[in-house]
Amino acid sequence: MISLENISLELDVDEQKIPILHDLNLQFEAGKMYALTGPNGSGKSSVARVVMGIYKQTTGRVIYNGQDVGELGITERARKGIGYAFQHPPRFKGMPVKDMLEIAMKHSDQVNCQVLRDLGLCPEDYLERTLDNSLSGGEIKRIEIATLLAQNPKVRIFDEPEAGIDLWSFERLIDVIGNSHREDTTTVVISHQEKILNMVDEIVLIQDGTVSMRGNREEIWPQIKASAECACRSNCRLGEEAYAECPR
Amino acid sequence: MLNALDKKLLEEVADLHGEPPGAFNIRKDGQGIERRSLEGIEINPKKDQPGIDVIVAEGKEGTVHIPVIMTETDLSDLVYNKIDIGAGANITLVAGCGIHNPGSGDAQHDGVHEIIVRKNARLIYTEKHFGEGEEGGKRVLNPKTVLVVEEGGYAELELVQIRGVDHTNRVTEVEVKAGGRLVMYERLLTDGNQTANSDIVVKLMEEESAARIVSRSVAQGSSKQSFFPRLLAYGPGRGHVECDSIIMDQATVRSVPEIWAENSEAELVHEAAIGKIAGEQLTKLMALGLTEEEAEEAIISGFLK
Ligand SMILES: Nc1ncnc2c1ncn2[C@@H]1O[C@H](COP(=O)(O)OP(=O)(O)OP(=O)(O)O)[C@@H](O)[C@H]1O
Ligand SMILES: [Mg+2]
Repeated sequence: MISLENISLELDVDEQKIPILHDLNLQFEAGKMYALTGPNGSGKSSVARVVMGIYKQTTGRVIYNGQDVGELGITERARKGIGYAFQHPPRFKGMPVKDMLEIAMKHSDQVNCQVLRDLGLCPEDYLERTLDNSLSGGEIKRIEIATLLAQNPKVRIFDEPEAGIDLWSFERLIDVIGNSHREDTTTVVISHQEKILNMVDEIVLIQDGTVSMRGNREEIWPQIKASAECACRSNCRLGEEAYAECPR
Repeated sequence: MLNALDKKLLEEVADLHGEPPGAFNIRKDGQGIERRSLEGIEINPKKDQPGIDVIVAEGKEGTVHIPVIMTETDLSDLVYNKIDIGAGANITLVAGCGIHNPGSGDAQHDGVHEIIVRKNARLIYTEKHFGEGEEGGKRVLNPKTVLVVEEGGYAELELVQIRGVDHTNRVTEVEVKAGGRLVMYERLLTDGNQTANSDIVVKLMEEESAARIVSRSVAQGSSKQSFFPRLLAYGPGRGHVECDSIIMDQATVRSVPEIWAENSEAELVHEAAIGKIAGEQLTKLMALGLTEEEAEEAIISGFLK
């Protein structure tokens, strides 16, 4: 189980402190699948980055299986079983897909060919390809997901795995994420996709840097729809009347 | 006879385990020590100056190894090699220089290679540099390669120097004739107080000539690198230069590329970048369980592959 307790996050941008997350409390249990959803910029990826240790929380604690991991670096957390498939995977000049998968599999027993095949990437075509700009957006994204599956961590966070992925691969992707989930793993999928929201045990709605609601699809849906109509923040000086009915 | 150190140096620069296959010439501490010619691949020592002539007959296929090793200190070796690849031949040539400098004096090798790839011939040329030593004596390597690719010929140069060489001043001059193609890969890693300088001039002389130059380097410590790749098209040729450097620590990298066309049908592209390792790349590999140092290693070794 992984839990975030009273997390706040401020990032230093151009010598200014920008608040990103605040008063955030969340538990993800083992054996369950979660979806994190919410508007663009609401803080979903930042939550994942705090869990992975890429961003260090300004206040609060990150507890993993009873241990406070909030002070540990990225490497230690990865070695303890936390994994994250990036929303925007970086590209690497000269590094073949094969090497990346091998790095991921150092501490797991997965087979590199299989994880690629599962995502509809023929190993013969892709193992030797380099992870540079020659790969398309959808290809790099699928390789990123394959890499997380190769790593096979206990806590697996997929950040918008569906982004840029074609319809055919999307069906496969949902199966792969579902099938890879086990009793001892915690799966968190950051997503805007209804199909993904439908397959999880619980949906967490993130808005304005904190958890605004948790529940199943039926419970969450009206809230999502309501906030979708209020694309502008409620205290925006322009069009105050139009947004008068917005929540918060 | 080759001793264990010689063998190690040969392995580093020419990937040789024991006696080379095909034709070869091994030069050690300023002298040719072993040589084998084959039918169609003649290797002869020059009469008037140090060095060899490698003459490959028309249509011949094969491999040639001409490594140089240096195992003494206070030694400066200058050599002129001439390599003539006959029309239609297909040759893999492995040059390279390995220095083990045991003392505190300098060990320096200056090699001038004059290469001609005749009509429709094909040459894959690799030159690796390697240096080591204990007493602080400098390892210096100054290769000069002058290459002509004749009509329809193809030359691929792979020039590699990863650590261990204190100073290098590399000059590469290439002329590509009609229908000829040149592909050149340069890989360089310097650290400590090392300096490396690379001057490249590629001239696309006539129609359908093409060149692609890919230079990748990593500068660590307080090392200094400078690159002067120049691509000139006198006819309707196509050329692409890509220079990419990773800069670390207190290193300095200077890249001064030039593209120059004298024909309205010429197409020349140049890309150059200097930057540190991207934070997201490190983060990604650390999220897979590598330490920061391991992640850096993996990124650099991929980059220089
Ligand atoms: N490194 C950063 N520098 C500056 N601002 C940042 C940084 N990382 C995140 N932010 C800001 O923090 C907020 C939350 O970003 P985050 O990426 O967590 O959003 P998200 O919910 O994942 O959005 P999306 O749905 O678009 O992926 C955004 O306003 C974003 O601009
Ligand atoms: Mg995001």
